[in-house]
Amino acid sequence: MLSRSVVQVTGIRKTYGATIAVDDVSFDVREGEIFGLIGPNGAGKTTTMECVEGLRAPDRGEISVLGLNPVRDVYTLQNRIGVQLQEAQLQKRIKVREAVGLWASLYKRPVDGNRLLEQLGLTDKRDAWFMTLSGGQKQRLFIALALINDPELVFLDELTTGLDPQARRAIWELVRGIRARGKTVFLTTHLMEEAERLCDRVAIIDRGRIIDIGTPAELVRRHAPEQTVIVATPDGASAEQFQRIPGVETVIGSDGRFTIRGRGDDLVTRVIACVADNHIKVTDFRTERSSLEDVFLNVTGHSIRN
Amino acid sequence: MRGLLTLTWLEIKIFVREPLGVIGTVGIPVLMFVVLGRMFRPVGDARRNAPDLVTTDLPVLAAILIALSAVLSLITIIAIYREGGILKRLRATPLRAHTILLAHVVVKLLFTALTLGAMLLAGRRFYPANIHAPVVSFSIALLFSTFCIISIGFLIASVVPTARFAQPVGTLLLYPMLGVSGLFIPIASLPPAAQALAHIVPLTYVVSLLRGIWRGDGWLTHIGDMAALALIFLVCTTVSARVFRWE
Repeated sequence: MLSRSVVQVTGIRKTYGATIAVDDVSFDVREGEIFGLIGPNGAGKTTTMECVEGLRAPDRGEISVLGLNPVRDVYTLQNRIGVQLQEAQLQKRIKVREAVGLWASLYKRPVDGNRLLEQLGLTDKRDAWFMTLSGGQKQRLFIALALINDPELVFLDELTTGLDPQARRAIWELVRGIRARGKTVFLTTHLMEEAERLCDRVAIIDRGRIIDIGTPAELVRRHAPEQTVIVATPDGASAEQFQRIPGVETVIGSDGRFTIRGRGDDLVTRVIACVADNHIKVTDFRTERSSLEDVFLNVTGHSIRN
Repeated sequence: MRGLLTLTWLEIKIFVREPLGVIGTVGIPVLMFVVLGRMFRPVGDARRNAPDLVTTDLPVLAAILIALSAVLSLITIIAIYREGGILKRLRATPLRAHTILLAHVVVKLLFTALTLGAMLLAGRRFYPANIHAPVVSFSIALLFSTFCIISIGFLIASVVPTARFAQPVGTLLLYPMLGVSGLFIPIASLPPAAQALAHIVPLTYVVSLLRGIWRGDGWLTHIGDMAALALIFLVCTTVSARVFRWE
């Protein structure tokens, strides 16, 4: 069952001078999901998101957010969405609780700021100046500010960029918590691991254009269906048996370690069956799944890390 | 409206948390006023007919320095807020753009009034006793002037891209205006080209208004100065509203 769309973007284009930042971009964000716009830096993620937020007007195309036109109805919309901007800052010497208080004063029905700070683990930083917060604490504060008006839809732009892995994981947990409260999350990231672990659906964007949209698993099946099984065995003759498995494309062996590549969902099962049937002595067995990283490489022809 | 009050109060607190900024804004004009006043302090019989420099021009100069420091500090703050993405972050809330800017203007005017108050208090200790300046009118004149020339600050802030350039560009544009404003050299004694320049320099009208009010002129005498300042305000605000960049 498909839930209703909270964001509908149809054929938007945005240019800055001679540069085409975003071209013919269309996608939907569905209610209650975490939707990710993924691509390298400069691909047009932020421009697209800021058009949807009503901070920029596209040159062409249609955008509908919660049934509103983000440019025309920007002030109505701002009461119903929460926004975290890429590389945003606050006043250096503003205290955490003052920022939350200011934001709360701007909306009609704010949630309890203290509870929000507690949920985001910022209670003991309430009186700290913004400039003294760590990167992760700043991002958690920005999440708090984005949630202060109990929004239906939350925008998170490059939320975990520059954070260490531990802080990143903590933030992911918070984002899942936002979804668990029934809200829709629209995020951008250039981290494929983040998209894979967090997003229900992703749209891959490169050089201003959407390449494909789907769940991470769908995209992997569609664009990087290769599977890899690595088997370590002292039995040198087994290479021939591996080669005969249906769906196997290449078997590369060295030092008693065989890397078996092929296609098909049951490739791993077949390899296991082959090992069992032929009584091959196995000392190590590993599978490598393709990731969104491989998908990106396959669909764009270049690595996301440039 | 509630947003304006909350934001203004916050910005006051934030400003006070930076001691150097407060010393620069409030302390330096007052200190200069006191030091210069002492240097040129008339003694003995000279007290009775103290020169214009001390009785009028020094207070007017100090007042203008207060106003200029308010303008400069506004330019810098806007540049820093824009560069750091603070303006953009605030704009992505129901806060209206003009509310954000107005909050800063209100903060600057409050500190202008505070500095002027400190200056007048400091002046009372050593100033010739026979001077009775219309303190209330002078304060109003200074606040009005500051409010109008802050619009020049917006215009400069609209076109200066980075915080690092904002302060020097502002200083270079604003302080030379003092030279032709008639404060040091009467406009009539300036070369013709400089005289023409004097008429388009906003500070000329500020000097004329402040000097007149300090000497006890009525407001009506300076209606022209005020009209000129109001016009400058309108022009600068209109232009900067068109060219202002939030990021």
